[in-house]
Amino acid sequence: MAGKLLSTWAAASEKPEILYWVGCAASFDDRAQRVAQAFVRLLEAAGVRWGILGSEETCTGDPAKRAGNDFLFQMLALQNIQTLKNYEVQEIVATCPHCFNTLKNEYPQLGGNFKVWHHSQYLVKLIREGRLRLTQDRKKERVVFHDPCYLGRANGEYEAPRFLLRAVGMSAIESPRSKDFSLCCGAGGAQMFKEPEPGRKDINIERTEELLSLSPQTIAVGCPFCMTMITDGVKHLGATDKTRVRDIAEILAEYLGLSET
Amino acid sequence: MSQVVFGVVLGVSILVFAYHVKLLRRTILLGREASVSSSFSQSFRQMLKYALLQARMLDRPVAAIAHWAIYVGFLVVNIEVVEILLDGLTGEHRILAPYLGGFYDAVMVISEVFMVLVFIAAVVFLWRRNVLRLPRFHTAEMRGWPPLDANIILWTEIALVLALLIMNASEQLLQERGIYRRVGTFPISQWLMPILERMDNPTLIGVERAAWWIHILGILAFLNYIPFSKHLHIFLSFPNTYYASLEPSGKLSSLPQLTPVVAEALGLVETNSTSSEAPSSLGAKDVTDLTWKNLLDAYSCTECGRCTAVCPAHITGKKLSPRKIMMDTRDRLEEIKRQLYKKGKWEPDGKALLGDYITPEELWACTTCNACVRACPVLINPVSIILQLRQYLVMEASQAPETINVLFNNLENNGSPWAFPSADRGKWAEKLLES
Repeated sequence: MAGKLLSTWAAASEKPEILYWVGCAASFDDRAQRVAQAFVRLLEAAGVRWGILGSEETCTGDPAKRAGNDFLFQMLALQNIQTLKNYEVQEIVATCPHCFNTLKNEYPQLGGNFKVWHHSQYLVKLIREGRLRLTQDRKKERVVFHDPCYLGRANGEYEAPRFLLRAVGMSAIESPRSKDFSLCCGAGGAQMFKEPEPGRKDINIERTEELLSLSPQTIAVGCPFCMTMITDGVKHLGATDKTRVRDIAEILAEYLGLSET
Repeated sequence: MSQVVFGVVLGVSILVFAYHVKLLRRTILLGREASVSSSFSQSFRQMLKYALLQARMLDRPVAAIAHWAIYVGFLVVNIEVVEILLDGLTGEHRILAPYLGGFYDAVMVISEVFMVLVFIAAVVFLWRRNVLRLPRFHTAEMRGWPPLDANIILWTEIALVLALLIMNASEQLLQERGIYRRVGTFPISQWLMPILERMDNPTLIGVERAAWWIHILGILAFLNYIPFSKHLHIFLSFPNTYYASLEPSGKLSSLPQLTPVVAEALGLVETNSTSSEAPSSLGAKDVTDLTWKNLLDAYSCTECGRCTAVCPAHITGKKLSPRKIMMDTRDRLEEIKRQLYKKGKWEPDGKALLGDYITPEELWACTTCNACVRACPVLINPVSIILQLRQYLVMEASQAPETINVLFNNLENNGSPWAFPSADRGKWAEKLLES
């Protein structure tokens, strides 16, 4: 095991290579927790010395900011920056694109400058460096990737998750609305935490219908909120026996046979 | 005599236009300070890519081709307009022809070819708008003035093109009859000659002169129509793409006036180290609370509706339409501009963008997915306005939806959007962590 709490690392006067910013979803949501576990098993397999903040982590402030409460956002952000600085953190990887975006783009203005990765980017790096070894197996599976707004449109990263799908041999198909024209799952901008406004339809249903129309065996996601929204959509549309919703980290971990402990 | 009339008409037109441009500038500068990039080369390249080369128009190829035809046609015809202006002021006829020689022929040919392309493109646009009735041209905000404005622009373009072609056709006939001297080549308008050839010389000269006057008066009238029309985009798309953010669209800046207050509250800085002046109003209630870039965005909008067509909230039937956000901002600005015009200064009139134009229901439907920002050919950012209005609702008016207040409470008390204790944050990793 090469993962410890940052406080444990610090007590041993050591530092990890990278801080895994877990995010609230993976801390508390059962489904997202399994993604976090798959991701750290990949880190372990690659021999990465990693750390988490545990109870010292709080929300980055993204939902507060996007709900219009910049005061609360700055409260959370300044506290987190203080914590990160105390531990002299330099590199961060996040499995949540909202955390990723906030840490990367919005913390510098408040004095927090870190090298920030989305886990798809970090996994590509580990593969490129030969630390995470792929096998010759090819997963023959119809998969469609749902671009998270805050990874794709907001930060221009479309390639890393697709690289990972190709790396395991999956034939990634594109939805009609993909990449920079990907349709939001409906969770962003604090929508996750409120009832939708009156309308004809829920956004996650609109999106899931589009994805299911491609008859994928797997809908790959890279965001815990997309995971919730699309999983709900698949359930609502009665397609759970045909289509699984999985994070790219889970797909890679399963391919490498990194079983659950 | 006609030179004097022409000179006066031209002078008055330009003065009136300049006055309205100045008024427009004053209105836009009622906005707050905006933080814009200081990199000239990057901003300039952005402007070249999106305004001059219209890179994003290609997202919709039919519109891109038709729009390109009208755009290039407009630029090309300006060469001919220069000659018309010079003729008008000097009383000469086709004054540039002797100086330009073979190049003059080329200009006439290119210009005539583009006249036809403009004509076809305008018909295509009218067809898509009024016959095919593309859904994005017929949403709730597209009633009354906006569709009329669009149709006026397209019909004016058709009228201007026809005037020019008729002018050239009669010109050619008069040249053949030896009344005008031989200049230019008119490959397209020659096909209109049969319509005119039975006219006697004085009538034909009358037609030629009338077409000339209609064309130039039409242009001058159109010029003075533009400041009141969505057609402003032909000018404003350039500054708007120049000043548009170069940052990733996910990046939202934080309100700088809050940072010292928050840092002090958290004990991160010495108490009293910050000034005790009351912070200015947070977020935006009216257009004057927005930045001048937001206001420039509103005047640059040509109401194409690409933003609304890709908006997940709009697609699923919510009230939000990013285009309406921009149109409301502009309508409110126009109201203020009219007051500037009448009274010479702006005094609050008890109305505001938030409430009188845009409702909280629209604002709360936004997922901040930035699809609208990606879709806009001239880099308008509706999300920026939506978020500033949300900030006012939340931080000044305390009017967040109940569930959002629960979210805030959880974030404050537990550091998480849900009411789970932060002590439990590492539980998922218990078996995976080394102690």
